[in-house]
Amino acid sequence: MKQLMGVINLDHELDKLNELTYFRCGAAVPFASRYRLIDFVLSNMMRADLESVGLFVRRKYRSLMDHLGDGKSWDMNRKHGGLFILPPDWNDPTDTSLGDLQHYHNNLDLFKRGSAKYIVFSGSQHINTIDLQDLYSYHLEKGADVTVVYKKIEELQPEHDLCQRIEVDEENKVTNIHHEKDHPNLYLDIFIMEKKLFLEQVEHCIAHGESYFFRDVIQKNRHKFNIAAYEYHGYHAVINSLESYYKNSLELLQQENYFSLFKESPVQTKIKYEAPTRYLESANVSNSLVANGCIIGGTVENSVIFRGVQIRKGAKIINSVIMQKCVIEENAVIENVIMDKDVHLSKNRILVGDSKRPFVIAKSSKI
Amino acid sequence: MKKKEMVAMLLAGGQGKRLKGLTKSLAKPAVYFGGTYRIIDFPLSNCSNSGIDTVGVLTQYEPLILHSYIGVGSDWDLNRKNGGVFVLPPHERENGSSWYRGTADAIYRNLKFVDQFDPEHVLILSGDHIYKMDYHAMLQYHKERNADCTISVIDVPLEEASRFGILNTEDDLKIYEFEEKPPQPKSTLASMGVYIFKWEILRKHLLEDGENVGSSHDFGKDIIPLMLEDGNSLFAYPFEGYWRDVGTITSLWEANMDLLSDTPPLNLNDPSWRIFTRNPNQPAQYVAPGAKVSGCIINEGCIVHGEVNHSVLFYGVEVGEGSVITDSVIMPKVKIGKNVRIHKAIISENTVIDDYMEIGIERENENEILLIDNKSKKRKSVVAKTI
Repeated sequence: MKQLMGVINLDHELDKLNELTYFRCGAAVPFASRYRLIDFVLSNMMRADLESVGLFVRRKYRSLMDHLGDGKSWDMNRKHGGLFILPPDWNDPTDTSLGDLQHYHNNLDLFKRGSAKYIVFSGSQHINTIDLQDLYSYHLEKGADVTVVYKKIEELQPEHDLCQRIEVDEENKVTNIHHEKDHPNLYLDIFIMEKKLFLEQVEHCIAHGESYFFRDVIQKNRHKFNIAAYEYHGYHAVINSLESYYKNSLELLQQENYFSLFKESPVQTKIKYEAPTRYLESANVSNSLVANGCIIGGTVENSVIFRGVQIRKGAKIINSVIMQKCVIEENAVIENVIMDKDVHLSKNRILVGDSKRPFVIAKSSKI
Repeated sequence: MKKKEMVAMLLAGGQGKRLKGLTKSLAKPAVYFGGTYRIIDFPLSNCSNSGIDTVGVLTQYEPLILHSYIGVGSDWDLNRKNGGVFVLPPHERENGSSWYRGTADAIYRNLKFVDQFDPEHVLILSGDHIYKMDYHAMLQYHKERNADCTISVIDVPLEEASRFGILNTEDDLKIYEFEEKPPQPKSTLASMGVYIFKWEILRKHLLEDGENVGSSHDFGKDIIPLMLEDGNSLFAYPFEGYWRDVGTITSLWEANMDLLSDTPPLNLNDPSWRIFTRNPNQPAQYVAPGAKVSGCIINEGCIVHGEVNHSVLFYGVEVGEGSVITDSVIMPKVKIGKNVRIHKAIISENTVIDDYMEIGIERENENEILLIDNKSKKRKSVVAKTI
């Protein structure tokens, strides 16, 4: 019997992604040439072979649902369990729940139907390759009420400022949870606990007018509960702002990052039936990630190119992220740009952004 | 089962001996092509794109990879409640068992399969060719002429005609004679191995042929001449477009090279006629600083540090620094070390090419395409330099 189920809660996404999230939620933002952010957490959950995964969405979830379908790409189209996408539609007149407790209160069936005894919770903005079964074993071994996941960051970045920190003692027991910017133990928005305790606490919180599970149950009761901390060591990136999106996209061009994200644990995504990418005689490509379905006749340097992009002869793409199905015509020049899907850039145009603040072109623009 | 207007039967049991090592442990239709495909993706995708939702795939030689590859057919949108894809290997019957003795015999032994859909027409396909074709348009043509059989033909150069099955027709494309590989061809219309039959009439002839001990049970050699003899009306359906037989190492290599021009004769990027395939879901390809890629096709999961020129790379291929690959086809998960040179070769799946190996650089015959796998690489290569 599978002992573990998953919950992905998108309520806590920080949205400083501007144009990239005008029409989609953070979890649906395209990343790394052919994925969306949600793919990383779903792939982690897929590898852990969970009984079911509940995905709580609140806003701008059309493109996310289109991407996920019935969960087949993550092997989650199951007769029992599998993927449940749960939009915020509830009409219980006696309901007094607030915040993310609304999701839990109004979807109690999800928790009560399955036989899994433990729940692992995750957000979508911390990209990582955590082994959730290992986290589960660790949680049992420690005999903890809750186990939270952190990574010790050697060089803190601006995007880490808004993330919570986990203070631990020498036995990795949590002593404090806070927002002190210069503390290196970054909370990865992942925790695990027993389902029984979770449901008790949801009821208790609602009765006391609380609104956010992590803050009002875990953070507030850090001295009352036995909270263990699990240190994660692998690839990690936080995508919560345009700057962090751009920086982490281009950092995937460093081989050690590419390998640590992709090579040990395959990441699944919605399948497209694109032909392999075709490079014309005139192509000149270096230090770039390129997905399938592209036709490249121009120059591409230090860039991330998504599926089905056409870069015509004489065009030049430098330090940029070009999303699905963009067309860059002859002799256009692009530098330090994030170009959302389906943008058409005409001949000879020049678009140059700043290397710290990239220029963003909204979806489906014609320039 | 629900009645279908037309059911497709795809002959996929061939060994493809002339593909040598490539078909040692897999059937010819499962051979890789074009950076991501297997040959059978083309007829299956054509069916899917032509609105044909019921396909029987007749397998025999080394079917393991082919069977698991086809699966329930979802990659070609052929996982249907009514119809879908069916894998049909030879099976034991009340009066004994034997292998499929020929192309016609394979259909003859699956009469019950076809009958359950009660079709008006049956489309016979083979898993040997690379082409994009609308079978529905061919069915329209077949129905307009009220033909008993329509055979798709392609115009080939006269000097090559004796390599093909040639159809001799009247001016209105009514067929009066079929000649297999004629020494003196009378026409240049070559059969593409794509047939549409009225099921009732094919069924009658299959029953007759099945009882004939002397027959080779082949569509071209036996069924078509038998139908002509019986006075049935057979028409040629002229096909214009890219069509290649990829039955030999050289023709397979050539068809791969055809994809590399700036405007290739076979467009694989047409969203209205996708060639579907099983997607191995690999991360994006990485082209390193100092790498050079030009005039080539590269699939996801590849990591290129060296130079790739006029070549096809399947998924998961790694090319080390200083290596130069020209005019070659590199199949999935091949690892190429540093300072390797490869010219005019096909490298089989999972082959590891060590640093400084040279393959096909100094060669006796410029036209020969080298086929390299882990066993043959030592024999066929030169180590240029050792550190």
